[in-house]
Amino acid sequence: MQVLYAFLVGPFVQMGQAPVFFAEVVINGLLTGVMYSLVALGFVLIYKASGTFNFAQGVMVLFAALTLVGLMEHGVPVWLALILTVAVMVVLAFAIERLMLRPLINQEQIILFMATIGLTFFLEGFGELLWGSNVKRLDIGVPDRSFEVGGMLLNQFDLFAAAIGAALVAGLAVFFQKTPIGRALRAVADDHQAALSVGIPLKTIWVVVWSVAGIVAMVAGIMWGAKSGVQFSLSLIALKALPVLILGGFTSVPGAIIGGLIIGVGEKVAEVYWGPLVGGAIENWFAYVLALVFLLFRPQGLFGERIIERV
Amino acid sequence: MLKKLAFTGLGALTALVGFLAPAAYAQNEQFIPMLVYRTGPYAPSGIPVANGFRDYYTLVNKRDGGINGVKISFEECETQYNTKLGVECYEKLKNKGPTGAALFNPYSTGITYQLIPKAPVDKIPILSMGYGMTAAADGTVFPYVFNFPMTYWGQASAFVRYVAKQEGGFENLRGRKIALIYHNSAYGKEPIPTLEVLSQKYGYNLKLLAVDHPGQEQGATWLQIRQYRPDWIFMWGWGVMNQVAVKEAASIRYPMDHFIGVWWSGSEADVVPAGKGAIGYKAGDFHGTGAGFPVHKDIIKYVYNGNAQEAKNNNIGEVLYNRGVVNAMFSVEAIRTAMQKYGNKPLTGEQVRWGLEHLRVTDSHLKALGMADFTQPIEVTCSRHNGVGGRVYIQQWDGNGWKKASDWLEPIEEVVWEQVKQASKNYAFENRITPRVCSGQS
Amino acid sequence: MLYREAGQFKTSYAADQALLPIVQDRWFLAVLLAIAYLVVPFVADEYWLQAVLIPFLVFSMAALGLNLLTGYAGQVSLGTGGFMAVGAYATYKMATTFPDLNILVIFLLAGLIAAAVGLIFGIPSLRIKGFYLAVATLAAQFFLGWMFNKIGWFYNDNPSGTITAPPRLVMDFMVTGPRATAEVRYIVALVLVTVFALAAKNLVRGRIGRAWMAVRDRDIAAEIIGIRPFQTKLLAFAISSFYCGLAGAMSLFLWLGSAETEAWDINVSFQVLFMVIIGGLGSILGSFLGAAFITLVPIFLTNAPQMFGVNMATDLQKHLEVMIFGGLIVYFLIVEPNGFARLWQITKEKLRRWPFPY
Repeated sequence: MQVLYAFLVGPFVQMGQAPVFFAEVVINGLLTGVMYSLVALGFVLIYKASGTFNFAQGVMVLFAALTLVGLMEHGVPVWLALILTVAVMVVLAFAIERLMLRPLINQEQIILFMATIGLTFFLEGFGELLWGSNVKRLDIGVPDRSFEVGGMLLNQFDLFAAAIGAALVAGLAVFFQKTPIGRALRAVADDHQAALSVGIPLKTIWVVVWSVAGIVAMVAGIMWGAKSGVQFSLSLIALKALPVLILGGFTSVPGAIIGGLIIGVGEKVAEVYWGPLVGGAIENWFAYVLALVFLLFRPQGLFGERIIERV
Repeated sequence: MLKKLAFTGLGALTALVGFLAPAAYAQNEQFIPMLVYRTGPYAPSGIPVANGFRDYYTLVNKRDGGINGVKISFEECETQYNTKLGVECYEKLKNKGPTGAALFNPYSTGITYQLIPKAPVDKIPILSMGYGMTAAADGTVFPYVFNFPMTYWGQASAFVRYVAKQEGGFENLRGRKIALIYHNSAYGKEPIPTLEVLSQKYGYNLKLLAVDHPGQEQGATWLQIRQYRPDWIFMWGWGVMNQVAVKEAASIRYPMDHFIGVWWSGSEADVVPAGKGAIGYKAGDFHGTGAGFPVHKDIIKYVYNGNAQEAKNNNIGEVLYNRGVVNAMFSVEAIRTAMQKYGNKPLTGEQVRWGLEHLRVTDSHLKALGMADFTQPIEVTCSRHNGVGGRVYIQQWDGNGWKKASDWLEPIEEVVWEQVKQASKNYAFENRITPRVCSGQS
Repeated sequence: MLYREAGQFKTSYAADQALLPIVQDRWFLAVLLAIAYLVVPFVADEYWLQAVLIPFLVFSMAALGLNLLTGYAGQVSLGTGGFMAVGAYATYKMATTFPDLNILVIFLLAGLIAAAVGLIFGIPSLRIKGFYLAVATLAAQFFLGWMFNKIGWFYNDNPSGTITAPPRLVMDFMVTGPRATAEVRYIVALVLVTVFALAAKNLVRGRIGRAWMAVRDRDIAAEIIGIRPFQTKLLAFAISSFYCGLAGAMSLFLWLGSAETEAWDINVSFQVLFMVIIGGLGSILGSFLGAAFITLVPIFLTNAPQMFGVNMATDLQKHLEVMIFGGLIVYFLIVEPNGFARLWQITKEKLRRWPFPY
């Protein structure tokens, strides 16, 4: 009875007793969720356009951030380093398309997935080889100070990151809806062969998508790198994005955002209120279980394309 | 295409067969294996440690012509801090050199645990200096494992002693709130039993906060800190977890001088991302900081031929570099001790074990090595493999470097040793080990 | 020429259904097994056994298990590491609770426990498919890892939270624990792998295996011809987890000797999946080839520079090694996307016609 009370009633009592703190937990969860979405976005873009589950997205985050910081350490000004990093990511996209995707055209999804794993190993070694393994400080000039609003402590940097995330999503939405290349992209996502037959160049589209995913990776790398320093562990951030991805659906940009927010809030609330009851550190698996529960009701994710099965 | 493949396969096969050809080693050299992690997620910690080891061994070879005339040969094997790669490295290196490996410094909790049962079988001692399994301090159950100068439990109790000092006495601990943020692994859980026992003894409240690997996202943990408002925070962190924790603490404006990290959470890399916010952050340590000791001058002179800049690029004087130096020094002195009994020739692991067990490093010793006050004198005995006399101090980050911020602190020995005995007894029972008897010593 | 099937007539259904219908294959396997059992233990030194062959056998077992699930039944899983942990912890717990029970019996019991756990985590597979399922099985991986780390009962409340294989005898041979020789542990692992590889090969050609493949190829169609997808999928999860649990028990007792949950973390799950894909989905042989590639190639790359007398900085060498390994994966996928098993088939094809290809 007592156990039941502790699990089913206790946490809610706590929330009610300290509503301001509860609000802080929720806001914190939302802000963290946006950071997860940033990483998940890269996955969604590539999956949408080429049906590839890009395992290398995490290491692309690392690679972009390493390149940026490495350039800055060599005295390149921030704006130039940003441009150069974007250029590097575009070159990388070209190389991937030419050397990996083109020879593997028309293969099954799981084979492409495996190929991106090979890419992961390669980029891991390459990034560290070029820029070393030390922790590098990434200072983009945004103050990391906290301020209090009605008893809640908010972090300036987190708010800034959320704003950047929102801007990025809005930008991508416009890009997809309004530009010719965005429309072509959506056509490819819908049906490769139909797109080809109306004259959309598949290869160009892939390069564009991988470039955009590379740039998204860079933004995610900057945001996470500013928090923890740029180092190898950045690539592990992909694991945090996976539950977001299945919750929101592999093919939906808004899904990645909403999914991120749900996971962010869910895991924070669970950890703060239920975690202490079972010894803590439940965030990681809780995110996956939460996503799993949603999946049981919507197997294609919240906003994923409905799977229509024919025999 | 197929032909090409067949060729590659054939080439690989012949190469595989040639695998075993052992590298040639001179007959009069003492082989010391080095398990390092210069790549992978923990490389920022692994590189300075490995450089410290390498430089000290090189120094001994170049300055003194080896240990009592026996040159040291050493070989690095990359583990990436990964237990499975560690197994491979261990098997590869354990029989190298004329007499096999002298001793292993595993430098990873997982690898240490993996090697502990093997050590008595292969007769190669393990020196896990300030990490690994605390219970292994009991030399009667673990004859081949050494963890001097101090264990995690000793350190945790020393932290409590430090807090008591700051609060004006042990009696003032009653009702204080201490939070422990720990890496959710065997390593991170180490201090919990000690802190729990001490909390009963001194009446402080203890809150345990686990952070899952890798620890990049600690929002929930720090929210709980905000809610609990502890007077002191201890941290048993590792890798990226350290950097994020220091940064988070700074950003919620927690008083940094009440935030104390374990000696693996207090290196230069750990405070980098937080920038100025990290000023005031404290951590435990058991050896000197900075490159101002005579031993460093010798290293610059003999190893780097006077090129101070290059030495600096190789992390000289950093916290973890100095830890590598201390660890290498203990290894060398243990071999030197063993040579008193077995003669000045390359020794086997079994002989080095004797040296480790009879190691006595005194103040005058340290002075002669150019390490006066670099670390505390220590004496290892048959039953006390954590050594007698090990102490820890608190260092503090001032924005440019780590500075000593307290006197040498003793562990609360009566509590710690009691627990060590209990844990080693359980281990002995479970693994059917009969503890040996150490005559005339407690 | 070298691989001539001509003249091998099958005169009964039994012969037609044989595990290895071709004489050469039978000979090849017999020779391979003879070498593995009779030559290797006497020739190989401890480095080879402990660092190369035993891990290869352990991962072969895990890859077999995952291949049954992913290759034959079509359910992608990333929970392998978690199921291996179940096997390891169950074995440890039983071995310390019942010290007199034969350790091999405990291995099998632990496999059954892992199978039960796999059954539970397989339930979502009825509704969730493809990569969604793969990521959903990560829930099992993370939850199990957390559970074994958190609940002291599983590791007998020792302060460090690690589990150590206690010494146990089987027929007067020390099989586990630090004093068990590498040769004995190798033989035990080899016996287990041989027996269960044979079992798997039998399983996939029978009714169960055919039901799995039907579900894999088109589950709705399979349902229409009378295969119950729910039972079939769950059975696949259970049997696959049995193999993985056994592999986990082997990894603790025959290989590592002492470990914490980190030894069966998410990376293990990914690694085993790589083995299955690169070895060949839906192929027993492929499981072995994949395990060989993923465990042996990195070891080879690590040792290669020294062998050729090149001395490199440790970190530089590791970076190059990782890059080459990644490059090799992509290269082999481009050469043969269906894995090494398919490559082997093509080779046989060519040998059949050699030296007169048309």
